[in-house]
Amino acid sequence: MNQFKKNKFAIFGLVVLGLFIFLAVFANVISPYNPESIVESETQPPSLKHWFGTDEIGRDILSRVFYGSRISLTVGFVAVVIAIIIGIVFGALSGYFGGFLDTVLMRFVDVMLAFPSIFLILTIQIMLSPNIYNVMIVIGLTSWMGVARLVRGEFLTQKERQYVEAAHAIGASNLRIIFRHILPNAIAPIVVAATLGMAGAILTESALSFLGLGVQPPTPSWGNMLMDAQAYMRDAPWIAIFPGLFILLSVLSLYFVGEGLRQVFNPKE
Amino acid sequence: MRKFVIRRLLQLIPLLIGISLISFFVIHLAPGDPTNLFVDPSVQPEELARIRANFGLDKPVIVQYFYWLKNVLRGDFGTSYFTGKPVVLEIAERLPATLLLMVSSMLITLIITIPLGVYSAVKKGKFFDQFFTVFSFAGMAIPSFWLGLMLMLLFAVQLHWFPAVGMFSYQLKDAVWYIKALDVMHHMFLPLLTMTILSLAGMSRYQRAAMLEVLKEEYIKTARAKGLPEKVVIFKHALRNALIPTVTILGLSLSGLFSGAFIIETIFAWPGMGRLGVQAIFSRNYPLIMGVVMLSAVLIALGNLLADIGYALVDPRIRYGKK
Amino acid sequence: MLLEVKNLKTHFYQEGLPVKAVDGISFGVGAGEVLGIVGESGSGKSTVGLSLLRLIDLPGKIVEGAINFEGIDLMQLPEKAMRNIRGAKISMIFQNPFTSLNPVFTVGDQIAETLRFHQGLSRRRSRDKTIEMLKMVHIKNPESRINSYPHQFSGGMQQRVMIAMALACNPKLLIADEPTTALDVTVQWEIIKLLRELKDNLDVSIILITHDFSVVAELCDKVAVMHNGKIVEDGNLNQVVQRPKDPYTQKLISTVPRIE
Repeated sequence: MNQFKKNKFAIFGLVVLGLFIFLAVFANVISPYNPESIVESETQPPSLKHWFGTDEIGRDILSRVFYGSRISLTVGFVAVVIAIIIGIVFGALSGYFGGFLDTVLMRFVDVMLAFPSIFLILTIQIMLSPNIYNVMIVIGLTSWMGVARLVRGEFLTQKERQYVEAAHAIGASNLRIIFRHILPNAIAPIVVAATLGMAGAILTESALSFLGLGVQPPTPSWGNMLMDAQAYMRDAPWIAIFPGLFILLSVLSLYFVGEGLRQVFNPKE
Repeated sequence: MRKFVIRRLLQLIPLLIGISLISFFVIHLAPGDPTNLFVDPSVQPEELARIRANFGLDKPVIVQYFYWLKNVLRGDFGTSYFTGKPVVLEIAERLPATLLLMVSSMLITLIITIPLGVYSAVKKGKFFDQFFTVFSFAGMAIPSFWLGLMLMLLFAVQLHWFPAVGMFSYQLKDAVWYIKALDVMHHMFLPLLTMTILSLAGMSRYQRAAMLEVLKEEYIKTARAKGLPEKVVIFKHALRNALIPTVTILGLSLSGLFSGAFIIETIFAWPGMGRLGVQAIFSRNYPLIMGVVMLSAVLIALGNLLADIGYALVDPRIRYGKK
Repeated sequence: MLLEVKNLKTHFYQEGLPVKAVDGISFGVGAGEVLGIVGESGSGKSTVGLSLLRLIDLPGKIVEGAINFEGIDLMQLPEKAMRNIRGAKISMIFQNPFTSLNPVFTVGDQIAETLRFHQGLSRRRSRDKTIEMLKMVHIKNPESRINSYPHQFSGGMQQRVMIAMALACNPKLLIADEPTTALDVTVQWEIIKLLRELKDNLDVSIILITHDFSVVAELCDKVAVMHNGKIVEDGNLNQVVQRPKDPYTQKLISTVPRIE
């Protein structure tokens, strides 16, 4: 723990993350305006009245960014939880039972990894009508492969250990061994993978929303706030700046925290 | 070596079949009808049915898949719903633009990432390294489309140094070839910069880690004990070993590069395969989507294969095996 | 005296507190002599070897002492001059030959490198000399073997290559840090035999760092026993073996099954 505290970057990440979670939870309390109501007749540059300016329709950007944190953090979190659950199931089965099952599952992982992921996600999204729920599910369904490989590796090493033999000897069922005995030992790298996964999920959700296949307007998501920003770059560049900045900061903090955790779990010489 | 390559190429086949199956089913099981997009809604139902039958859309999905597969094996990827042109042609027209962007990006990334990673590792903990760490993390955390927009904002909109979109200037349509080439490079600058910054961030981090690992090795101690100058120790003994994982990572980064290309090409209106693919998705142009997916998959798999071959060539322990 | 070490102190700093790996030792090695530095792991013996060549990196530091080699104090030399000593006047070989050789360069390359750097030999001349060295360490078919990579040799042969590389420029002193520890028992004695042979032919002094007293007995003229960073006993081999004064020395000797 001390190691973590000494890491300046990790602390920075934790602070920023905490701040964003605060923003997400209390968005309705601290936002100066309603994110969906039009308060000005046109877009305005940042001013004392509107710290981040207003967007192309006249809505306050600051408030929208605050509310947007709800979307991004929630989607990121749920998506990564889904990915981890799937990844653990695949990885545990593959690593523990080995043999033919392992080969088949890993081949499937290879196929999934060979897709340019954005493409697959876009394709699926266009088929459904995009909304926040299927965004979370789709991202979760396409990002579990790394966790699966990780878990599989852990299981391959752990299953030869003595405590597993002992558990077998006293008649514990396979399921019990997997979940009660081996899995807790693999928690550390999974947690690290989770922080990185959440970062990736936030990036993916914002890209999807940017293209119009993610969270739909008028609900503000940091990604979809940038959707029309390109057209207004000449006249209203501030529309493009702030949401992206927040995406960058949230992902960056998750990276720092993840890196900090990684160093805690693997004390290097 | 030859056996290794052939074996890997053969492994590609079930992989590609798997990808095509998954893609095909995902696309075709969607609600909605592609004919909506190019057929006049006032058309009579019988006419609509005829058009659908024409495209084979009235048959069950699995049958459609086998028709598609049969044609693909003959080299026919079907025709685009939108333009009626053969898919192969559509993609072939756009592929060079994407390859130009991706290959240039990879080359520049490679050239910059190696000295950057080496310098960071050697100066570990000092100011440059800390600075560089923040930069590379930021580069990995930044959304690709936002980076593109910001660069566009700065260099195209504010400074007017580069064009914001497109690959060619219409005015130079009849110009001589080297003027055209310069024009393309001018247009390519911003998308290339975006792509390169993104891949540079991750790769140089990786190179730094590889270099740090190598510098801990015993043979570095030996090299110093031989009285070799530090420059030789770093650039000959250490770097040569640190390049081995770099080759592998380069191949594996292809998948990410492709994903990036889709978005970057869309923002900068770069007429490549990525943009074509995105447009195909939005217009539910099934044959075109399949074509783009399959081609990307093939390129990515080939990239992985090249990375493995490169690895085997560059590491004498793999290349020559045990005596 | 070829080498005279006076009050050498090398400390490693962990969170501000020094670990005194080498805590004030003094010894000497004459021309053509073999000195054995014996001790268990943690006694500081390996650190001595690295200190002599000033290869100590942070968090370690040579804090005190003089290392007089051929009359010059190595501690006073600038780094550039020190590099001319390493590999040319004083060489070192390490415990694990497999990890001590660079896996991506041929064996011939690595040996010729020292020749080209220290003696300025041409490509051809260094190649010839490399083959000569490989013959000297009894590696068969040296002409073809110079193009082999380290992983294509067995452990014992790798160590021979290391020795060839260390002796290529005809140094006056060879520091051997546990040269046999990582090898199979039968191979260990071959290497010891080789070192003995080379010592006689090339007139090179050797400092043999080891934890194995039986190896010392085979090769050394003098012995220094190290414990916790200090030399607890030293003297001629026979003297120390037959009449060990220090209790620690006695313990070490008693662990060896048979001494000649």
